[in-house]
This record gives sequence, C-alpha cells and structure tokens, in this order.
Amino acid sequence: MSLTCLRFTVRAFLRKKVSHRRLQWEQLASGCELQKRSAGHFTFVPDTPSSSDGETARLNLYQAITNALDITLSNDPTAVIFGEDVAFGGVFRCTVGLQDKYGKHRVFNTPLCEQGIAGFGIGMAVAGATAVAEMQFADYIFPAFDQLVNEAAKYRYRSGGLFNCGGLTVRAPCGAVGHGALYHSQSPEAFFAHVPGLRIVMPRGPIQAKGLLRACVQDPDPCIFFEPKILYRLAVEQVPLKDYTLPLGKAQVLQEGDDITLVGWGTQVHVLREVAQMVQDKLNASCELIDLCTLMPWDKETVANSVRKTGRLLVAHEAPLTAGLGAEIAAAIQEECFLSLEAPVQRVTGFDTPFPHIFEPFYLPDKWRCFDAIKKIMNY
Amino acid sequence: MYGRLLATFRHGILRPKIPYCWLSSSQRRALVTEAEASFQAPTMMHRRMPTTTRMEFVPANAHDGIPMYSILNKDGTVADGAEDPKLDKDLLLRMYTKMMQMNIIDHIMYESQRQGRISFYMTHYGEEGVLIGSAAALDDKDLVYVQYREYGVLLWRGFTLNQTMQQCYSTMYDYGKGRQMPIHYGSTQHHFVTVSSTLATQMPQAVGTAYAYKMSQKKQCVACYFGDGAASEGDAHAAFNFAGTLSVPIIFICRNNGYAISTPTHEQYSCDGIAARGPSYGLTTIRVDGQDILAMYQAMQESRRFVLEEQKPILIEAMTYRIGHHSTSDDSTAYRSVDEVRTWDEQGHPITRLRHYLMDRGYWTEQQDKELQTAFKKEVLQTIKEVEKVPKPPIRDLFTDVYKDMPPHLEEQMKYMMGHVKQYRDQYPVDLFAKEQS
Repeated sequence: MSLTCLRFTVRAFLRKKVSHRRLQWEQLASGCELQKRSAGHFTFVPDTPSSSDGETARLNLYQAITNALDITLSNDPTAVIFGEDVAFGGVFRCTVGLQDKYGKHRVFNTPLCEQGIAGFGIGMAVAGATAVAEMQFADYIFPAFDQLVNEAAKYRYRSGGLFNCGGLTVRAPCGAVGHGALYHSQSPEAFFAHVPGLRIVMPRGPIQAKGLLRACVQDPDPCIFFEPKILYRLAVEQVPLKDYTLPLGKAQVLQEGDDITLVGWGTQVHVLREVAQMVQDKLNASCELIDLCTLMPWDKETVANSVRKTGRLLVAHEAPLTAGLGAEIAAAIQEECFLSLEAPVQRVTGFDTPFPHIFEPFYLPDKWRCFDAIKKIMNY
Repeated sequence: MYGRLLATFRHGILRPKIPYCWLSSSQRRALVTEAEASFQAPTMMHRRMPTTTRMEFVPANAHDGIPMYSILNKDGTVADGAEDPKLDKDLLLRMYTKMMQMNIIDHIMYESQRQGRISFYMTHYGEEGVLIGSAAALDDKDLVYVQYREYGVLLWRGFTLNQTMQQCYSTMYDYGKGRQMPIHYGSTQHHFVTVSSTLATQMPQAVGTAYAYKMSQKKQCVACYFGDGAASEGDAHAAFNFAGTLSVPIIFICRNNGYAISTPTHEQYSCDGIAARGPSYGLTTIRVDGQDILAMYQAMQESRRFVLEEQKPILIEAMTYRIGHHSTSDDSTAYRSVDEVRTWDEQGHPITRLRHYLMDRGYWTEQQDKELQTAFKKEVLQTIKEVEKVPKPPIRDLFTDVYKDMPPHLEEQMKYMMGHVKQYRDQYPVDLFAKEQS
C-alpha cells in the first residue's frame, strides 16, 4: 500500500466517523425522528419581531447562535471561539462556516478537556480578549466546575477589581432531547445559580438566543449560556439580522393574566404556554406567563409584581426538585409576597432522580403535570 | 531483554503507536510487510512512527535520568566544565539583595504570624534562587501566573514593602481590599496575576493568556509557576496539553521542592519528576538546579528567547528544597527529620552559594552583608509599625466587585447588613474598619 493510499484511508475513516456522529446528533436534536417518545412534550410558538427590527431571516436556534457568533467575530478582533469539535462546525452545527470565514486562529478545536477549555477561556479573558468557549453538552461542564466556580466567578472580587475575566462566555447545550438519558439531558443551572459572580442565561428561541448571547458576550462579567438543544432545529422564527442585545437580568412577561403566575425558562416556557391555554379553556382562568431569561441574578421584581397581582405562583423546570432554582424562587416570593399569596407556591419539576432514558415521558414536568398542579392551586 | 528495550528506546525508534483497531487487517498486514523493508510509515495526524516486527514495550523508566543543569558548586565556585556566565556585577548584586530581602521579610512575617498579628503566612526558605533567578531573566511586562510561594517575582519587579504589608495585614490599601488570605498578592502594575488558593487552576489560564498574546502579536510571553504537588492536578495536564497543541509562548516553571505539605515526591509521582512529562506533551524541557541562581537565570533567559521566537512552550523543572514549614499552619517535623532540613539549609543554600561567588570576585563583603541585613530589618519593622495602624477597608467592600455593577439582590443584602451592624454596633469590630464614604 502506498503512503498516499494509507493516508487517504485514514482520512476517509475519520470523515465517516465525524459524519456519523453529526448524523447522530442531528437526529438527537430534531428530537423525534428516531423515537417518537418526545413528540408532543411541547409546541414551539415563534415570537414575532417588531417592525422596527429591520430585515429578518427565518432561522432556527442553532442558526441564530451562529449568526450571533458571526457578528461577534466580525465586530471584535480579539474574539475567539473554541471547544471540542467547533472547527468543522460543531456537533450541533452552531459554528458552521465560521472557521472558513475567520481563520484557524479564531475558531479552533481544543483537546478534549473541559477544565482546560474553561481555564483557557479565563486566561484569554484576563488578557482582555473576548473568549467564547463551548462545552459540548451541559452534562460535561462539571469537570470545569472548579474553574467556573472558584476561578471565573471570583476573579474580580478576590483581586479587588484588578483582574477580571468578564470577556468569557461559556456556551453549553442543555435540557431534555427525547432520548438523551443521563448525560445528554441535564439542566445544571441551579449548581451555577448558587455561585456569586456568574451570570446564568437560558433562551427560549432563536430571537432570544441571538440577543441574549450577544449580551453575554459583551457583558463585563463571566456568563454561562445554556442552549436548550431540543430547540436547535425545532425552533424556527424570523430573526432580525442586525446586531442587537436583550437585557440580562430581566425577565419577560410573555402573556398577561390575572389568576396565576407561571414562571419557567428554556423549553419549559413553551410547555407553560400550552398549559396557559389549557387553563383558559378548561378552567376559565387566565395565566400570566413569565420567561425568566436570566437565571442568576434573576429578576425578582418582575416575578413579585406579577404574583402581587395574581396571588398564585407556579414555577416549572426540567431539573430535579430538591434545591433546584424553583426552590429559590418559591422562597424569595413567599417572603416578598406573603400577604398577596392565596395558595402555596407550587413547583413542578423533574424528579429527584438521574435523568432516565426510557422513562423520559414520565420524568419531565410536562403540560399535564403542570395543568394538574394549577388545578390544585386554583382550588386551594 | 530489558537492556534491549532501553537500547531501542535510545535509538528513538519507539514512538506512540496507532491503535491497531483503527486499521483493517489488510492494512495491518501491509504495515508489517513493509516494515521489514524499513518502511517509515506516515501515520496518524502528522506523526511519523516506524513499525517493528518485534514486540517491544517502552519501559516505565525510559525517561529516567534527565540531568540537572547547574553552574555553581555548593561552595559558590564554578563547576568543572561549566561556563561562568559572567553576569553584570550590578545584576548579580541586585539578585543577591533581593534574595536576602525575601529571606528577611519571611523571618519577620513568620514571627508576626506566631504573635497573632497576621492570620497566616508562607515562607520561601530555600526557593529564593528559583524565584529571583527566573524573575530576573523575564521582561517585567511578561504576565506572571503563580501558585503562592512566588513572592520573589513581585519583589524583583519593585512591589514595595508597604504594598506587601498592606496585603498581609488586610488594610484598606491592600489592592485586594482585604478579601483574601495573606500572601495572596496581585498587581496589574507589576503584571502579576492575583494569587488564588486553588492549586494548578492558574495553569490553563496562563496558556489562554499566552494564546491571546500570540494572537495580538504582543512580544511578551507568560510565565506560569507551580509546585511538584500541583502538577498532579488535572489542570496541569490540561495546561501542558493545550500549550503543546495550541503552540503558545509560555514558560512553565515547576518548583520541585520535594514536598507537597507532608507528601514526599515519591508519593506524588513514580516517574522522573515533572521534567520527564514535558516531551510527551510536546514541551521543550529542561531540569535546572534551583539552588543555583546562575543556572536558573541562564536557563530562563534562553527559554524566554525560545518561546518568543518559536511561539512554543517550555517547561523548566527547578529542583529545590522546601526548607521552611509548608505554612504557618504546618509543623513539618511531624513528617521529616530535622537533619534532612539542616542538610539543605547548610549545604548549597541558594543565598549562601551566590554570596560565596560574589565574595570570591570581590563584589561583596561580610561587612556589607551585615549592613544590608540590619538596615533592611529596620525598614521592614518600621513599615509594619505604620501599616498596623491603617484601618481595614470599608465594610461595604464585602459586597463590591462580585459583579462589575452591583445587582439589585446584593444591593438589598448590603443595605440589610449595614442596618443590622448599625443596630448591633457593639457586637461587631466596626471601629477597625474605614468609615463609609457616603
């Protein structure tokens, strides 16, 4: 066998491996092609951009992310994007075309080592550069927990403001995907919400994703941006092509109502939107729907104002119940709105188990569990 | 058998192997057949590796015996075959003075902790040569990431006694606003990244900064210090590997001082120290006698030239000995003999070695030595006296700098705390702290 031939064989082999893997995750992302189990868990309703937003394009969530990263690289010569497999476009296609456009020094693969990726990103940010690091799955962010919690979050504080790593943004696909089981489904936001110094953000769709990611990149504090991976291909809407940001630390009231406040983030917002309709239809009650958007520091004021009006609160998230972010919101709201509350705050969440494979439909806080909880609150 | 294995290795034939499962059986056969005809197969990802028909294992001790670069003998004379670098007299005297100053500060601050005046301290006894020797060869603008036992680099760069004491005494003039334990120094002015207690976390960060320097074509490198114990952390592996694959201008300096608190190096690793790991990550590597400041300086100077020109990393393993206790919270006689410590202290201590070298050349005298000591001790004590009177930072600094701007929930918590402390004023040491501005 000639040298060239052998080289070719190895390359072909690698290509095959990569494309196989890509296929696998595309199927994962699309959710229901291989397995029907996740179908019906929620329905995505697109947002409508305002007419003042200028030109728009029909983009799904991963394309909106790519668009935000593209703008970042073109506006900021210090910006770099790195992580495992980002060079060829990423296992979820979020970085497709960026290396060709901006070069190998600005969009590159790192060795397979999450603590290294986070530490490396912090170091770039310390030097004043804009570092957008990718963790392939939020489930694999834990090896970087030390770097993010002990280092990134505390950099400014411990140095008295001399040094900071505000230029760091960590992106990580998160949440249920239909059949991701234990290590392709987790929502680890509560682990990080317990850490002073980090901003934790999760969008519910492409318009939000672009605006919030751009805000994270420009924010002077280190941010972790969780991307609900089930929405990557499934969520499609008209996304403004111009550069824009959405405010961090601000929740959005998506739907006004008088009888109960529903709080969620990421994919769960879409579950709650359906639930609100069910409640309207079946119970003749109106729900106020709030997307928290930023999970740390979260917008207590908007939620409290809503609960003062409605007197009832339901918080829903995919992550387990105990010490989940719902606990923080429930505790803060009962303290803030004690005299307004007409029923105990309810949490509808994942169970206190690891995220299971075949049992996913029974694990998720789906619309029926949310609906039932609301029924109980309304009858309290 | 064993000798043959070693011999094979020395000829440089053995290299990392591609797992056979990646190749089809026909390819495997092809490789084997062609190997017979000295076929040099180009294989995985730009790495050449020869094939062999003999089953040979690389012995675990294949990398053993990396020699230690040294210039000075223990008595300060130049070793046979070594070249006297003939450094400038002023530079030599500055190096010596700074080492002495480190030593004096350490003695006084150690006592200060023993008297309960500061909460914590870590000395640098025995490692002065590594720190001053390496710092002297760096450009003062090269960013330095350290572990915690590297005060010498700051001192070399002109961090004042006053700044030092403000940090250790956690006053309102401490750059870190009194938030961290003593010896967690940091200074942007001196290009010295603030120390954190977490071991090895600074290592991949230093690589990130070096990458940013490379991208911006800044003609500076990054120096990253760590101990032999920290090198066992996963972050050290991450840093070496990232530095190698991303090819960045960084100098890793390992202070191998024989212990990580109570753990001796033979319980830390079973290979030939930290240096032996370098080449396996693609790091150009050297082992240096850390007790020999001239060797340290020369190696560091050459490393800096190399990393800037090649934009590639270097690993220096500086062999030294931790003469002092690990920290003021540690009594090292619980795990090592006083004799062992005495041997290192008396034979070939970096300060003594350089002193002999200087005296042999007529650059320094006993008299000057005494004068330096007396004058500097006085200066340190005077500074402490002044700093001890300085108030602690304003209490609100407990809440600032968590984020760049204070978020509403922190604002709320700060308001609550201020109100509470006002009401229970007698229960808190309020008077020690600076008055609030507003």
